Amino acid sequence: MPSNKSVSNAPITQFVNCRILRDHKLQREDLWVREGRILDPEKLFFDEEGYADQRVDCEGLIIAPGFIDVQINGGYGIDFSQATSNVRGGVALVAKKILEHGVTSFLPTLVTSPPNIYHKVLTEVKVHSGGVEGAGVLGCHLEGPFISLEKKGAHPEQYLRSFQLGGMLDLIETYGTLDNVAMVTLAPELPNSEKVVRELTQRGITVSLGHSVANLSQAEEAVQHGASFITHLFNAMLPFHHRDPGIVGLLTSDQVPQDRMVFYGMIADGIHTNSAALRIAHRAHPTGLVLVTDAITAMGLPPGRHTLGQQVIEIQGLHAYVAGTKTLSGSIATMDMCVRHFKQASGCSVEEALEAASLHPAQLLGISHYKGTLDYGADADLVLLDDALNVRATYIAGQEVWRK
Amino acid sequence: MKLIILNDYGQVGEWAAKYIRNKILNFNPGPDRFFNLGLPTGGTPLGCYKKLIEFYKKGEISFKYVKTFNMDEYVGIPRNHPESYHSFMWNNLFKHIDIKSENTHILDGNAANLVEECDSFEEKIKAAGGIDLFVGGIGPDGHIAFNEPGSSLLSRTRVKTLAQDTILANARFFDGDLSKVPTMALTVGVATVMDAREVMILITGVHKAFALYKAIEEGVNHMWTVSAFQQHPQTVFVCDEDATLELRVKTVKYFRGMMHVHNKLRVTKTSGNLQ
Repeated sequence: MPSNKSVSNAPITQFVNCRILRDHKLQREDLWVREGRILDPEKLFFDEEGYADQRVDCEGLIIAPGFIDVQINGGYGIDFSQATSNVRGGVALVAKKILEHGVTSFLPTLVTSPPNIYHKVLTEVKVHSGGVEGAGVLGCHLEGPFISLEKKGAHPEQYLRSFQLGGMLDLIETYGTLDNVAMVTLAPELPNSEKVVRELTQRGITVSLGHSVANLSQAEEAVQHGASFITHLFNAMLPFHHRDPGIVGLLTSDQVPQDRMVFYGMIADGIHTNSAALRIAHRAHPTGLVLVTDAITAMGLPPGRHTLGQQVIEIQGLHAYVAGTKTLSGSIATMDMCVRHFKQASGCSVEEALEAASLHPAQLLGISHYKGTLDYGADADLVLLDDALNVRATYIAGQEVWRK
Repeated sequence: MKLIILNDYGQVGEWAAKYIRNKILNFNPGPDRFFNLGLPTGGTPLGCYKKLIEFYKKGEISFKYVKTFNMDEYVGIPRNHPESYHSFMWNNLFKHIDIKSENTHILDGNAANLVEECDSFEEKIKAAGGIDLFVGGIGPDGHIAFNEPGSSLLSRTRVKTLAQDTILANARFFDGDLSKVPTMALTVGVATVMDAREVMILITGVHKAFALYKAIEEGVNHMWTVSAFQQHPQTVFVCDEDATLELRVKTVKYFRGMMHVHNKLRVTKTSGNLQ
């Protein structure tokens, strides 16, 4: 028999009677987990002569990698862009609640804010693994303030900034620190942006283009310097024009470096993007589509007025507007709603819909070897769904953290 | 020798699986007496394995007290390579049933000392008390396991160089790249299988017809190693219609005529009597 016995006595869980998402297909296979990671059962059998200690009957449900939300501004009354006395408690509350939507990892997102907010929040919100207490924090997404005035959307004008100190100095002065930052959204047409894009990319921080009036060349240049994401495609950018597609043109640009890919966020809540536009984007570049909620404070709350950043917003049904205007200020859809709506609107397969919320965000963040997949060795962050893609149970590191 | 002629591949798989199931049930294995089963790989036994898994899932059989000994394994490819026989057995049988890993035995093609590995395999079979039922297939060149034409009919488990034809036939599993195809394998010998108390050979498809003819209508010959089983006291060949295409009409009519007697060989669970 082969040598090389493993050293672990940790209990092994075998999920049976399920369909798992692996190699881009739903397959009738059991899923094995040990010490919070997906286990290779063939290796276990031949190398360790091991077997499962515990079996979980999934009753025919689908097991997908846990969803990853890279753009979420708050929810349940919590606003990540507010420097309250209990920033950590606020993030933790949202982290716990989004388990119900199948989200196992997320990037708390801050909209354009004054420096004191960034200084306070970024020292409090740290990267940490998820568990029964809530979804894991992979880092913060700083959406602003280095964005375009014309495309500020719901962001407060008075706190917008440019790279007048040359680039990185502006970042440090505004944010205070780049620790625990996973993503920055900026407008590449701002002078000195190339230095910033390169420096951030080098530090392992994902650079996203958004809230911008950049033309396609400016966007392509930014991608060549390292930018790899588009923040909520179509929204807060120039519309597609056939002689200058703008940022939208990145989806089919031939100037993207060979070894890289541009991903793009889509708010598939049925409101922020017309279904036909969603389909155009999806068909043009299906592997780059990343579902995001862009959920705001009011997500999970009843209709009425609530605070987002430094402004007031109003809920009307499934719409959230800047109070007194018709400017959309964010979405109140949950991630599982987005997955279902995306599948229905685009006509894509179940596998594609699930990957848009798990594999693609993991690939975007460069963590797809341990998140967003059910490959052997990956973290056992799972979401169990029925055929209509309703969440029935959520697991983090192999432990059940929510069940319907 | 008994020759069971069935209509198609599906029927062969089902008949063979029922035969194995009934043999195990009648043996009534327990913690102190295991049923030792020799197993093959390849396309032929797949249907049989699927049926065995069905029987297990229906609760008709357990592999808790069954020991398995596979016929062969490639030398030099990683154990978890999709084409290794370890992978084949795991994916097509072991992972679906309740067999314990320590009761499965497959030759290790990556052992430091291949000759020792082969000798040790023979020892393991002996220590287990010998094989109760060895199931095998047949190659188009009449080989059993990797005992290709010219193999001694008295051979034991050993390292074999693969025939050029075999390597070419296998290329399709290695992206058509001949340099990636294994050139050696570890295999049980003809005599190793002959030592089993009972042998069942499965043959399906027209491309095996000539080999079947050579195996049962001509003499015992080392160029068609399966012919050795003409001298085994308890062997059953199970084949489909297509595999009989090179046999004499007389042979086929003779064995067809005995089918109703053969069917009683498949011991029913209730009767428990072996003809």
